Amino acid sequence: MNTTGKPDTPLLDVSDLAVEFRVPSRGSVFSEDSKDIKAVDGVSFSMARGETLGLVGESGCGKSTTGRAVLQLVRPTRGHVVFDEEPIHEFWRKKGQKWVWDHRLLDLRRRMQMIFQDPFASLNPRMTVETILSEPLRNFDVVQGTQRREKIQHLLMTVGMDPRCMRRYPHEFSGGQRQRIGIARALALGPDFIVADEPISALDVSIQAQIMNLLSELREKLGLTLLFIAHDLAAIRHVSDRIAVMYLGRIVELADAQTIVDRPQHPYTQALLSAVPIPDPTREQSRQRTVLSGEMPSPINPPSGCPFHTRCPFSEDRCRTEVPRMRTIDTGHQVACHLVE
Amino acid sequence: MLQERPVTTRDENILEVCNLRTHFRTDDGLVKAVDGVSFSVKRGETLGIVGESGSGKSVTCLSAMQLVPRPPASHPTGEIYFGNTDLLGLTEHEIEKLRGERLAMIFQDPLTSLNPYLTIARQLTEVLEVHRGATPTAARRTSIEMLERVGIPDAAERIDQYPHQFSGGMRQRVMIAMALLCGPEVLFADEPTTALDVTIQAQILELIKDLQTAIGTAVVLVTHDLGVVAGTTDRVAVMYAGRIVEEGTTAEVFANPQHPYTRGLLESMPRIDTPLQKTLYAIPGLPPDLGNLPTGCPFHPRCDLATDQCRKTYPDSKTVSSTHRASCWEVEAIE
Repeated sequence: MNTTGKPDTPLLDVSDLAVEFRVPSRGSVFSEDSKDIKAVDGVSFSMARGETLGLVGESGCGKSTTGRAVLQLVRPTRGHVVFDEEPIHEFWRKKGQKWVWDHRLLDLRRRMQMIFQDPFASLNPRMTVETILSEPLRNFDVVQGTQRREKIQHLLMTVGMDPRCMRRYPHEFSGGQRQRIGIARALALGPDFIVADEPISALDVSIQAQIMNLLSELREKLGLTLLFIAHDLAAIRHVSDRIAVMYLGRIVELADAQTIVDRPQHPYTQALLSAVPIPDPTREQSRQRTVLSGEMPSPINPPSGCPFHTRCPFSEDRCRTEVPRMRTIDTGHQVACHLVE
Repeated sequence: MLQERPVTTRDENILEVCNLRTHFRTDDGLVKAVDGVSFSVKRGETLGIVGESGSGKSVTCLSAMQLVPRPPASHPTGEIYFGNTDLLGLTEHEIEKLRGERLAMIFQDPLTSLNPYLTIARQLTEVLEVHRGATPTAARRTSIEMLERVGIPDAAERIDQYPHQFSGGMRQRVMIAMALLCGPEVLFADEPTTALDVTIQAQILELIKDLQTAIGTAVVLVTHDLGVVAGTTDRVAVMYAGRIVEEGTTAEVFANPQHPYTRGLLESMPRIDTPLQKTLYAIPGLPPDLGNLPTGCPFHPRCDLATDQCRKTYPDSKTVSSTHRASCWEVEAIE
């Protein structure tokens, strides 16, 4: 681990982050006019060193884009991303019409890594496990020759794989094993910050627990700071210290994991919790369920006021016109809702 | 025109599957996707079939509907009684008459199972015209009624749209409308909510439940999610490597799981309603390779209780109660 900053400052500080994508307007792909989609719209949070923050929400809520914008895999349109006291959102330069990373951002790749959802798509099928894992080591010239091979063997053991599998190709492994290889690749450069984007949702139920345990174990052993993105609240709660709930590009509630489960304040968090199935027939039958009507509106045409008002069972006039600000209601518990005292 | 079928006799089995085997010939050898599966479904009841990918749960349903592509599959053997008819003995023409009318199926991904070139109207009215000989006007009217019933707003206008103009949740509603148009006696629902967000999943499960009560359809719900099973089914069958390893009423199986695999699955699920454990129980090892199954009980390489007997012989089905059985040598030993 190569943490250099002071231990009492947050490792990551994100404020007012926004990401807009330009899409052709509905009707014709060829038409000149285009619209901006606000995939992420004013997201702020910070992460302490060694902390795991869970980012939860439904598809299209902007959770993955937030993760990518934090890593600068997409360029934020607005806002600050400060990593270990460095404003990394500024580490871009213009090359012709395009924005590209400058050398400072490239250097930071050693410290910031990503684990992807689909272990089938994220590993090159033409590369052996050894080539896949040696690529980051080669790119950053970390170790050479026999030492590199030793390093790869060590990495594979760290994620619970037999080091002898180096010479094999991704298709020879099951989904869970592939995800372990993806994790080994993310760990290759000894990062201290990892974004894990839906790392378990493509896996079988019996394998999900294995991967969640592996991530918790690695995080403790290597002192990782982890941004864990998932749609599954039960899984998120299991691995996270704090949880941020996203809806239509914004964080609507942020608190420590147990508080989110025990005392959710935002009506969306409450609905999300009540929609999580519980594997217990007796409890399921006696449960009071808030089934939300309707679907999440399109981010191309977001509703005015509170983004949730179209589905909220408690919405008032004010919710339709005024965007609720994020307010702190208790130590470490923030909610963006007009109706929460 | 919507058929309301009251639940007649309670104990009547509408579907009885006996010793079903569906095998596939592949380059890697013979894959026994379903290997000796037996279960029954009563009228109006919901049976959950739960298992991981490759356990044979989908192929079981596809076999009953005779939708398994042949080749690579061989003709399923065993019997699938629908009332007094053995579905496996029917000709393609005969099963076609039942499919869509008395037997229906909905799939995981409603985008790939609706025809993208045809309007919703065309796809829905066809069902009624073929099976009921309905006139185009009557078929359209009934289809709009059904779309309204599954909660599609502005159904009269939206019926003329194409599948891509609907969201995932709405497409699944269209699929359900199509499946229920003729008031089928059995509905196979293969992972109907897996591709959907949780809040939409809750809506769709509620919808299936409501319509089932109204129409009296028996539902075979295939899922990997034990939470969904707990909330929506009367009975549950747990599948592993092509066989049912445990079956019983949902209440019994969840309260008193017998097979180590069932117990492992239940323990490995993170839950929001229980205090947090530091590490989750994880079933060790990897899912089975169907082309290369271990001898004896296919779960033995992952089982804490495995003995020599488990490695040699597949266990018989053991009776736990009159409504609960499990296939494990250790069943009696485990209390």
